[in-house]
Parts: sequence; C-alpha cells; structure tokens
Amino acid sequence: MSSGGNGYFDLPSDLQHSYAGLIEVHLTESLIPVGIGLAVSLPLAALCVRFRWLYPPLLWVSTILYAIPSIAFFVFLIDYTGASQTTVIIPLTVYTFVILLPAIVDGVRSVPPETLAASEAMGFNSFQRFYLVQLPNAVPAIFAGLRVATVSSISLVSIGSIIGNQGGLGNLLGDALAYHRYNLAVTSVVSIAVLGIALDVLLIGLRTLLTPWMPRGRGAARKAAIAAAVEPTDSAAPGGPGSGAKPAELEGAGR
Amino acid sequence: MIQIESITKRYADGTVAVDDLSLEIPDSSITVLVGPSGCGKTTTLRMINRMVEPSSGRILLDGQDIHQQPVNALRRSMGYVIQNAGLFPHRTILANIATVPRMLGWDKVRARKRASELMERVGLDSSLAKRYPYQLSGGQQQRVGVARALAADPPVLLMDEPFSAVDPIVRKVLQGELLRIQEELGKTIVFVTHDIDEAIRLGDTIAVLRTGGKLAQFAAPDDLLSHPADAFVEDFLGAGRGVRRLSFFTSAGLELTTAPIVAADATDAQVAERAAADAPYLLVTDTDGKPLGWAEPKSLTGGASSVPAAELISYGRPFESGRDSLRDALDCAVLSPTGWAVAVDDTGRVVGVASQLTIGDAIRRAHAEKGAEASDRASAAAAGLKVAP
Repeated sequence: MSSGGNGYFDLPSDLQHSYAGLIEVHLTESLIPVGIGLAVSLPLAALCVRFRWLYPPLLWVSTILYAIPSIAFFVFLIDYTGASQTTVIIPLTVYTFVILLPAIVDGVRSVPPETLAASEAMGFNSFQRFYLVQLPNAVPAIFAGLRVATVSSISLVSIGSIIGNQGGLGNLLGDALAYHRYNLAVTSVVSIAVLGIALDVLLIGLRTLLTPWMPRGRGAARKAAIAAAVEPTDSAAPGGPGSGAKPAELEGAGR
Repeated sequence: MIQIESITKRYADGTVAVDDLSLEIPDSSITVLVGPSGCGKTTTLRMINRMVEPSSGRILLDGQDIHQQPVNALRRSMGYVIQNAGLFPHRTILANIATVPRMLGWDKVRARKRASELMERVGLDSSLAKRYPYQLSGGQQQRVGVARALAADPPVLLMDEPFSAVDPIVRKVLQGELLRIQEELGKTIVFVTHDIDEAIRLGDTIAVLRTGGKLAQFAAPDDLLSHPADAFVEDFLGAGRGVRRLSFFTSAGLELTTAPIVAADATDAQVAERAAADAPYLLVTDTDGKPLGWAEPKSLTGGASSVPAAELISYGRPFESGRDSLRDALDCAVLSPTGWAVAVDDTGRVVGVASQLTIGDAIRRAHAEKGAEASDRASAAAAGLKVAP
C-alpha cells in the first residue's frame, strides 16, 4: 500500500496511519466513550433507583447535553483539551451516558413488583437486590441502550476529522475532498458501516449469551408455556385431598 | 406462636390500613386472614416479616418481639409465597429454589440437593430443574414459589394470595397440595386471601377482617359458618352456609345399607331375594365390588347381568365413606338419578348405599352432637370463670 497509488486502500501520507491504524483509532475513540459511559451510568442509575427524586433532574441535564450539536461540543473543548483524542472522547462519553442512563433505570424498574417483594421477603438488602435481581433483569434493556450508543459513537467519531485528523476512518472523507479521490470516501463510509454492523452483531451475540432466561423469537414464551402444559410433569399430585385427576393439561391453560 | 398485640398501621396521609388488631396465631396450623380489599390483610401479613412496620403495637414470635431481631435474619426464618409467584426470571428453577439456602451460606451441592428434594415434594418433575420461569405454566410457577419458600425449612410460612392468579381448577389442585404438604411438615402458616371458600377449605382458624383493618371474627371455619359474629361476617360468608358447614361433618357415622346391592354374577333368585327389600332400585357391582349402576329389580329377571352395564342407570359420583364429609354424601345423593348415594372404600369398592332420608337423619344427629359439644364448651368456660378469682 504505497502512498502513491490511487486504490481504495492507498491512503495519503498526511493521515499518518495505515488502514488498520485508522480502524484502531476509530475503535479507540468510539469504544472508550461507551466503556466510560457505561461505568458512569451504572452507579448513577443505581442511585436513581434508590433515590427516585434524583432521576428527573439527571435526565433533564443529560437531555440538554444531548441537544448540543457534536461539532459545537468539539470546538468548545479544543480550548481545553486541544486537538487530541480526548476532545472526541468526552462528547461521545456524554452521549453514551445520555442513552444508557434511562435504558438502565427503565430496565431496572421493569422488574416485576412481585419479584422485588419476594426478594425483599427473602432477606435481600437493597445492595443485593440491585446487583442480584434488578441489574441482571435489566440486561436486555442495557444491551438495547449499548447497541444504540455504540453505533452512534462509531458514526460520530468521523466528525473528529475537523479537529486535526482525530476522526479515525472519518479522516478519509477530508482527504477524499482535498485530493479529489472519491474512492477514499467510499472506503470511509463502507468501513464505518461494516464496523458498526459488526459491533452490533457482537453485542447481540453477547446479550444472547448473557440472557439464556429470555424468551427467544416471536411467541417463544407462549410456545414454552404450551410445551410446559402439554408435558405430563404436573400430574404428580399423589392423592391430594380433592385434587383433580388431570391437572397437567389444565394447569397450562391458566396462563 | 405469633402474637399480634394491638397493632395499628396508619399511613402519612391518614389512611388506617390496620386498626388495633390483636391475634394469636397458633403453631403448626393454617391461620387464614380473609376479608374484602382494603381490609388490611396483606399489610398485616407484611408486618409479620417487617416488610411493613406497625405505627403502634407489637408482634411477638415465640415470645420475642420481632422488632428487636435483625430484619433480614427474621425474614429468612419465614418463607414467603406471593401472588404470581414472583420468581427470579433470570435464574433457573433449581437456582430459584436454592436462593435462601445459598444466602444462608450453604454450599452449592447441599443447596442444590435440597432444592431437588423440594421440587419432588411440591410435585414438580426433576426435568424442569434447568428451565427458566418463562418456560413454566402459572400453576407450575406457583409450585416453585412454594418450594422456594420452604427451602431453608423455615418454621413459619407467609402466603399472600398465592393462588389468586391461577384458574379455578388449578387453584383447587394447589390447595389440595398445600394441605398435603402441611400434613407432612406442620408449618405455622399465615395465609391471606379474599376468597372465603379458600379460607374455609384451608384454614384451621380464620380471621375475618373488615374494611378499615378491624377484626370482625376469629374462629374455626365450622364456628364461623354456624355462628357468624355479625351481619358483615354473615354477608361475607355468602349463601349456603348451612350446606357448606356440612363439609366439617364426617360421613363416618352415616348408616349405610348393603340390602339393595347385587353383584354382576348374581342369579335370578339372588336378585329376587334382594328385591324383596322395599328398595325401588338395585345397585349392580362388578365381581370385584366396584359399582356399575342402578337398575329396577323387574328389569333384572334373568340374573344381574341381564342388563348390559352401559344401559344401567348412572350411579353419579360415589363418596368415600369415613373420609369424605356429609356434604359430599348429600351431594352424591342429590346428583344420583335414583336419589341414593353410593359409598365406597379407599379402593373404590362399594361398602353400602344411603338414601337422602338417611343422610338427612345423619345431618340432624351431627348437628345435635355439635350443639352439645358447643354447650359443653360454653358451660366449661362459664365454670372456669366462676372458679377464677
């Protein structure tokens, strides 16, 4: 890949990176914010669940932050953090936080009240209740948030190209214009899209691994309930006083 | 014993959920708290494991004020079963049941072994162990809920409308299972329901609460049905008190007759001999003694087998002599086309038959006995009162 060629992967030398290098920069600048955003929103979400009054103001502030256009955010930060990766990472962290906080809080709050009451009655303290019951049940919601945050981070990193080539694969867009090499724009757009899709698929896979307890696919829960009812497993009612003779098939019908 | 001493729960907005309630809940029996919505029954239950703290009054568990005990240890000493089961969706059935033992520090192997035992006890197939709650029916989930509550073998079981969300047929099965488990384990069970029939079926003692959290009556189901304390309790009990009370009268004393019974291999002469008794119908049994159906004596000329079993008059549903109540016996007689109830033993063999008239006599006798018992109790109480200083 000499810098003299005109192919899709012949990168101009002013980018100071190979194609693989650009991918590395792009992933760093998009995934570090997702990581930090998750690390910050988890404890804050825990606080929001514990102290309900905290959630509305936090949501309000974060929504306002989300309303700031990313370019304005970058330009504002240059005065403080210069034309560095940090200047890209900070706004993306904020955006991730804005997406993840409500996802986690809503996910945690979606735990059925009976399940919470049961855990309280079994002597879980509030810490155990959050980490052993509420958080695991919020995993699907958290992953839904993570997917949005990750894909939006991947796409937003490109804007970093306006602050001194900190845009990872997005830098190719600038060069495509500067050198009239539109094939570089194709390389940029396609690479970013493939990266986004790949990470999304990865996250879906990870969620599937983490939540074997979730009904899969359309009507899976219903099918499972019917299967549970049809199976002769519930007929073990050895002479309970007045017990009917056919609990198995009827028991499922109640669901 | 759980002693509830004049507890009151008043919320910040002034609502009174429970008003000066006192109850003594005896050990190893089922005490049912029953009443319409807003009567404070669930609040009362939740005060026993301190999920709700009373505004005033106290609760003693075996003489110890529960307020002095560490709350989570107290809760782990009481099983809790809730409507819709409240299972952990993210844990397998086995892990759900093993929750409290694990929290109490049991090692994994022991906790799992215990959980498997409990699955069997509550009638769940071991193949369900690795499933998740969403894969189970409502009735199965509720069985898991009961198993989970029993896991650490707590002396006390608190049950908050556990069977309200399942359909009536499953509910009846689960009630029967609870009675069976209670017979084996003898826990101190406090059971909350709004269903008076469930209360009467399950309760050794029943506390009827009225709206506003006041105790209306605290009595055994039989007493409740025979002597409701006031119009509210009577109204809450609903219609048919007299007939429902018959569930508490055993059929053991019922006079059965074997006169109108013929086996399928009986000859014409034997049939004629039986028919001499003034019974309008004869009950034909198979050679093993199991009932086949009724027939008019004149149709049986040519031996008991002259009418094919399919053409006999249906005998309805038999009752088990001694185990089933007079209510069951009466029900059988009323449902039987001939007006006679068929009594069987625990193997299903006929031990005799009884007419509606005989059952009526037995009911009158049982009432007289119960009445005598009650007046004995009353005079004993009166005597005790006189002796006391």
